[in-house]
Amino acid sequence: MPPDAWPAEVHRELAAAGVRIVGYVPDAGHKRLIELCHADEAMRVVPLTTEEEGIGLAAGAWLGGEKSVLLMQSSGVGNLVNVLGMVKVCRFPLLMIVTMRGEQGEFNPWQVPMGEALARVLETMGVAVRQAGEARSVAAHVRAALRLAYQAQGAEAVLIAQRVIGIKSFQEQANQ
Amino acid sequence: MKPTLHRRDVVKTLLRDRKDLLVVAGLGSTAWDITAAGDSPLSFPTWGAMGQAAMIGLGLALAQPARRVLVVTGDGEMLMGLGALATIGVQRPPNLAVVVIDNERYGETGMQATHTAHGVDLAAVAKACGIRKSVEVRKVTEVKSLQKAIHSGAGPLFAAVKVIDEKLPLVLPPHDGVLLKTRFRRALLGDSADVLPEEL
Repeated sequence: MPPDAWPAEVHRELAAAGVRIVGYVPDAGHKRLIELCHADEAMRVVPLTTEEEGIGLAAGAWLGGEKSVLLMQSSGVGNLVNVLGMVKVCRFPLLMIVTMRGEQGEFNPWQVPMGEALARVLETMGVAVRQAGEARSVAAHVRAALRLAYQAQGAEAVLIAQRVIGIKSFQEQANQ
Repeated sequence: MKPTLHRRDVVKTLLRDRKDLLVVAGLGSTAWDITAAGDSPLSFPTWGAMGQAAMIGLGLALAQPARRVLVVTGDGEMLMGLGALATIGVQRPPNLAVVVIDNERYGETGMQATHTAHGVDLAAVAKACGIRKSVEVRKVTEVKSLQKAIHSGAGPLFAAVKVIDEKLPLVLPPHDGVLLKTRFRRALLGDSADVLPEEL
């Protein structure tokens, strides 16, 4: 499997599971997956002004009987902390797919603190964390997380390692 | 111009003969207001997640396009999530109404002034975000028109209803989050709310 095939595989998993609502704050690492979701007529794609809005969106969607997914980068997880309390107390199913910053190859030091604290922050707020360290494992992690979210009312985050995304500089990001 | 409307009367009017209207309330006073008007399994009063009431309403409206969704929240709660108005302005769900009960105060924490007490105009913000039907409401007759628009007009709709800054007896809804979620889904989705999704 080519290393850039994971977005298409993840999109297939989301579509097969009947995910109908996709909330996102963009990240360069999510560019292809966001495009695939926009192109899918069965999915309603909702760009957000802040990641926090995605938790309300996902909660409302589930109250209305629909499955959703949230796409964001690791720094954005820091914007979610208080509202994750609603997910926990109501046992809302939640699937977040988070592209990592502040790891191997990071070029912006301001991304590092949230990246380093991310897994601990999520786990502290009751979100189970799955580390997808290689491109070929991303879709399998998403499939497992979808089941735990929607069969077991779990809050799940799949973290896609920065080495999977492989952006090394501002210039490379600007050229995407 | 000092407000003359009483918040409990406003919310009671908006929810009168609510039929199959789906209702989300922001934490604090608006959750007590919708409960004082009569609790329902098709109401989802929040007890936290400040700033997210309008977004819960958006998710619900997108998931249930054939049903009307009303968000009733306070000015402090709306101010914490102003970005939601921009997000709703982009999605423009025709079945969503957001009504802010605006007493220009943080009512649960000592009645401190919110930004709306200093001139921040939430209806103008909503309009600038692309929610064309955005109004400020100060009169009983306007509340009645708003009730009609919520039940039958094409949305999205936004209203800031200016009300007296009164302290009222608490009328508390159930507080267990799982109960609030489950009763809502059962009332809306029937038995399928309890069944595992077959796609998984």
